Amino acid sequence: MIVVESLSKTYRGFTAVDDVTFSARPGRVTGFLGPNGAGKSTTMRIIVGLTQPSSGTATVSGRRFADHPNPGLEVGVLLDASAQHAGRTGREILTLAQQTMGLPSRRVSEALEVVSLTGSEADRRVGHYSLGMRQRLGLAVALIGHPGILILDEPANGLDPAGIRWMRDLLREFADAGGTVLLSSHLLHEIEIVADDIVVIVNGGIVAQGTKTDLLRTSGSVVRAHDLSRLENALSAGGVTATRSGDGALRVDADVDQVGALAFAAGVALSELRTADGAGLEEMFLELTADTQREGAAA
Amino acid sequence: MTAVATDIVPEIRPVRRGLTLPRLTGVELRKMLDTRAGFWLMASILITALLATGAVILFAPEEDLTYVSFATAIGFPMTVILPLIAVLSVTSEWSQRSGLTTFTLIPHRSRAVGAKALASLVVAVVSMLLAFTVGATGNVIGATVAGTDLVWDVSVVEGLSIVLGNVLGVAMGFALGMLIRSSPGAIVGCFVYAFIAPTLFGLLAASQEWFSDLQPWIDFHLTQTALFEGALSAQQWAHLGVAGVLWLVVPLLLGLRVVLRSEVT
Repeated sequence: MIVVESLSKTYRGFTAVDDVTFSARPGRVTGFLGPNGAGKSTTMRIIVGLTQPSSGTATVSGRRFADHPNPGLEVGVLLDASAQHAGRTGREILTLAQQTMGLPSRRVSEALEVVSLTGSEADRRVGHYSLGMRQRLGLAVALIGHPGILILDEPANGLDPAGIRWMRDLLREFADAGGTVLLSSHLLHEIEIVADDIVVIVNGGIVAQGTKTDLLRTSGSVVRAHDLSRLENALSAGGVTATRSGDGALRVDADVDQVGALAFAAGVALSELRTADGAGLEEMFLELTADTQREGAAA
Repeated sequence: MTAVATDIVPEIRPVRRGLTLPRLTGVELRKMLDTRAGFWLMASILITALLATGAVILFAPEEDLTYVSFATAIGFPMTVILPLIAVLSVTSEWSQRSGLTTFTLIPHRSRAVGAKALASLVVAVVSMLLAFTVGATGNVIGATVAGTDLVWDVSVVEGLSIVLGNVLGVAMGFALGMLIRSSPGAIVGCFVYAFIAPTLFGLLAASQEWFSDLQPWIDFHLTQTALFEGALSAQQWAHLGVAGVLWLVVPLLLGLRVVLRSEVT
């Protein structure tokens, strides 16, 4: 369990994190979503005690991270996979973590196996690793102490599609076994695929949070009909806002049941009716982040 | 994935052990050796000790084939190398960015810094023991080859002075490492301290009479290197203490403050 309460961080007048409150619960993957520079990394750095908050608290398993006698055994942390000495081998970096935490040496090969790094890859210097291999190594360092909690900053960066799938399965298993996962991303699809709960942060402040299902439910439906204008009239007569999405469909701020009933009452034959699932969250994300994104005006 | 699943599942926890200083010091010693740069820096201690010993045997006049010649010849490269080991032990965490992992695993940074200081001290003392041994072997060989009498002209006090001189040099490197937190910057700092500052102080003392009396009180390097030439007088100890506050204690405290508070990126 990770609990963040009223966390703020100000750097010489610039507010990086502004009164952030959320929690990540055991058995669930919590996605921390926001555009670059929104304050995700700063929040995570405060949680793991690397940065001091200006106000507010963050606890992990009921204690401040730094108050755990050997935090690596409680919390696996991956903040930046590239932040390793380029001259050390992957195996050496894992060995340093294993020795620091006082773990048996067999944990090194076990952790390598979990992240599918082969023996010869592990014996190469990290300077020669691809970003994807560094992410795997970073995850191995996070997992080596058998933690019950994972905190991962943009772990899917640099992974190929197969790697992303592998990461998703691994995090799913970890959470299903009772683990707590907090992972950040600026890419909606990564979060959407793996997360149970989503926290959206923009400009240092949280703008939306909840279970993925809840956030999706508010996103409405997509509907198509041969006679689009009649459908539009029927919907607006029913008090529902609908906008043309450009590809011959209507986006409706209502669930499919309501749209179907209105269309049926007006006698409009539908050619498609579905929940605006992924696109809905995407729209929400674009909408919420519109102010901060250069593409905002176009979207 | 079943085999993997059993491995990543949070399971019955083993007995919790905190981050003890001896264990962390062991890890820091390992980190000093496990990169190419670190390994060769360590190896260079032994290599230069052997080269210096060989040079004394080959080139020193017979009457100088005494233990002190060997100790001095081996000691000089060591006064350069040992501070660099201390510097890199601190700065690599920033320059190579490994500090992100180190200070996450060890959130109380003073403990990590303490382990580094202890590891640097261990390296300094072990290197000195190695140097004295190599020097003693060289002295025996030299005397045998040249057919001269064996002369052991380094007293215990002088030996300890040399060790102290090197330990102070290591502490200086450690302080610069913490203050500057960048490998190239701190290495330059070491050379400024060891080579440029003494020259400037010397020039100033030679041209300004008021400064020549003041110099020993503020030129730490002067008294630190005097340790290599034998036991200090009471006044020299006073010099060492006063200049040491300026050059060593203040930078160490400032550096510690910076390291404990600065952002690790």
